Amino acid sequence: MATWRNSGLPRRLILRLALLLFACADVAYAQTANTCLDCHSVQDPPRRVTEEQFARDIHSQKGLNCASCHGGDPTKADLDAMSKAAGFRGKIERSQIPALCGKCHADGAYMRQYNPSLRTDQLSQYKTSVHGKLLEKGDTKVAVCTDCHGVHDLRPVSDTRSKVHPLNVAQTCARCHADAAYMKAYSIPTDQFEKYSTSVHHQAMAARGDLSAPTCTTCHGNHGAAPPGVDSVQNVCSKCHVFQDQMYEKSSHKAAFQSAGLPGCVVCHGNHGITHPTDAKLGTGPAATCMQCHSPGDTCDLARVEMLSGLTRLDSAIKDADHTLSVAESSGMEVSAARLEEDQARDALTKARVTIHSFRKELVDHDIQEGLKIAEKNMLAGKAALADRDYRRRGLGWALVFIFATVIGLFLYIRQIERNAPKT
Amino acid sequence: MSLFTGVQNWLDERFHWAELIGPLKKKTVPIHKLSYWYFLGGITLFLFMIQVCTGILLLLYYRPGANEAFESVQYIMTRVQFGWLIRSIHSWAANLMILTAFAHMFSVVFLRAYRKPREMTWLSGMVLLFLAMGFGFSGYLLPWNTLAFFATKVGTEITGQVPIVGHSMMVFLRGGEEVTGATLTRFFGFHVAVLPGLTTLLVLIHLALVQYFGMSVPPGLEARWEAAPGEARQMKFFPSFFLRELMAWYIALGALGALAAILPWELGTKADPFASAPAGIRPEWYFMFMFQTLKKIPAKVWFLDGEVVGILVFGAAGLLWMLLPFFDQVGRGRGRRFIMGAGIFALSYIIAMTIYGYMAK
Repeated sequence: MATWRNSGLPRRLILRLALLLFACADVAYAQTANTCLDCHSVQDPPRRVTEEQFARDIHSQKGLNCASCHGGDPTKADLDAMSKAAGFRGKIERSQIPALCGKCHADGAYMRQYNPSLRTDQLSQYKTSVHGKLLEKGDTKVAVCTDCHGVHDLRPVSDTRSKVHPLNVAQTCARCHADAAYMKAYSIPTDQFEKYSTSVHHQAMAARGDLSAPTCTTCHGNHGAAPPGVDSVQNVCSKCHVFQDQMYEKSSHKAAFQSAGLPGCVVCHGNHGITHPTDAKLGTGPAATCMQCHSPGDTCDLARVEMLSGLTRLDSAIKDADHTLSVAESSGMEVSAARLEEDQARDALTKARVTIHSFRKELVDHDIQEGLKIAEKNMLAGKAALADRDYRRRGLGWALVFIFATVIGLFLYIRQIERNAPKT
Repeated sequence: MSLFTGVQNWLDERFHWAELIGPLKKKTVPIHKLSYWYFLGGITLFLFMIQVCTGILLLLYYRPGANEAFESVQYIMTRVQFGWLIRSIHSWAANLMILTAFAHMFSVVFLRAYRKPREMTWLSGMVLLFLAMGFGFSGYLLPWNTLAFFATKVGTEITGQVPIVGHSMMVFLRGGEEVTGATLTRFFGFHVAVLPGLTTLLVLIHLALVQYFGMSVPPGLEARWEAAPGEARQMKFFPSFFLRELMAWYIALGALGALAAILPWELGTKADPFASAPAGIRPEWYFMFMFQTLKKIPAKVWFLDGEVVGILVFGAAGLLWMLLPFFDQVGRGRGRRFIMGAGIFALSYIIAMTIYGYMAK
């Protein structure tokens, strides 16, 4: 006991170790115990790692322990566990973290035993990223694996509590990228998260829970994170917006933007703060984008006016038909077939809005005419239903008049026969 | 000789027509301040006849089957000339028929028309009411829409809770463990063959009994009339009462037409057996008081399952209610007072629980 006292360890720890030894004094204990946690679970942060915390860690669940990263021998009950002889490496330097993680994660043969479908190119990708390149140059402020994935309670990406789950990625990136003081040395904006929070992409992700909606890593990459270059913006957006990309690819704007060094989609739609595009983009108001480059009255401006008026016409036609069908429906008329066709008209409007990216009025007009035909048909169906409703009501009116007259006739007839009948 | 007299003579020569309709000619209906309650049975009969006629017309286009039923009703509602009218009248008349049948039943209770010698008339009437509810339950599923599908699922599930025979009954009703196209086809069979056959037979028996025993007079008035036969007032069934009934039928027809034209019976969306049950699943209004009661019974009542207790209580209450005429003469007026109390309680309970069922979320 004297040796224990002289070691300077806290009394509580000594008692704890004694109890632990007493409780687990068998061979099995020696084989499986992780004595690191006995001390580290009661230490102050950042050295603190609780048993609960570590139990949640995917590595711990797969059978790895502290020594897998930090070296040492966790089966030993005292400071021998952290001896150089046992291979103890202690705290891992930030600059060494990617390499350490890569030791396993870049080893396809090793990783296959845990998850055969898991990629093993994270380290090589990281080395191509802005983070990786700066780290290579000795900048340890940049993100390393543990900054995004966490440490000691690291969860799989599919876990909604993981820092790299799609729902949490933006906040994880924002921890550094929205911190103006931290990012000062890099001379890049720090309002990306603020803008993204107002975007249609964030809306889809956070409000609708659509995990396929874009977050930071969707456009910038994750392990190989870097800002997309001017030329590759279109490729980033086209991953989801396929048809818009096809239209834009063949349009006159493609070459014009390229030669002017403009970043494709971003010119009209913006990037982090991208909002839901409306037809007003084709207008001349504050939301208009065409007029930022074009002059009033030029050929393109005239085409813009035609395309905008076509979209407005179709939108109004759909809304008018919808209103008429709603009135008919609320009168109890069966208009479900027209309701189904309404979706086709809306699809035509969406298609026309996509075709705008071709910047060719004849293509846009073709889609608009398709939609107008359906909207007109729906309007006629609605009007027919309303006419039918009125016909029914008129019919009811005449029937009620007939019924009323018959009842009165019967009443008078009864009175007459009873008046003439002999009294009983 | 007029045509009418000619036909009468022709029938008389062959079938002794005058003898056949003799009793009807002599039939009278008592006149008193509560005489209008006598019309309810006739209105219910009229609505049943409407159901038969509109049902036959619907049969021309309706196709039973999970893949066709909804579409065929949709077709009737949108494409068939006056199909919307026939279907809406069929649905509205079904509901009004059960409403008038209930009103008729309670009028019989409160006027004590069930008493000796009319016990069998009461019993046949009660069976007719159950058959009408069976019509409603089976017909509700036939359009194969979402609400009907899930309501039938819940309804048949409740049947499955009946001790001992419940599960077998549920499987019999559903045509398997689940509500499927097989349930639809057998409900169709019940609705257009089994129930109409039984109901027609029972209606004939019920009418024959009414004819045989004559109209009941409220007991107090009956005693007065027996003491002073001169005070008794009667009207001839033909033509006086019959023409008045005809007026009531016309008014009912007008109400049906107005409901069908102004509030056409909606179709809803096609049932999807794989979809989750939508919110607000509820049975037809005449099952609501039972449904709401079963919902409110605690999961466990003593050591028994709450729902089973509810079903057993309703079963016992229904049986006692059917046997009600036999308690009328028990214990020097005590039975009569008990029946009145039970009638008031049953009516209040049904109304209150139905309203509660529709108000509760």
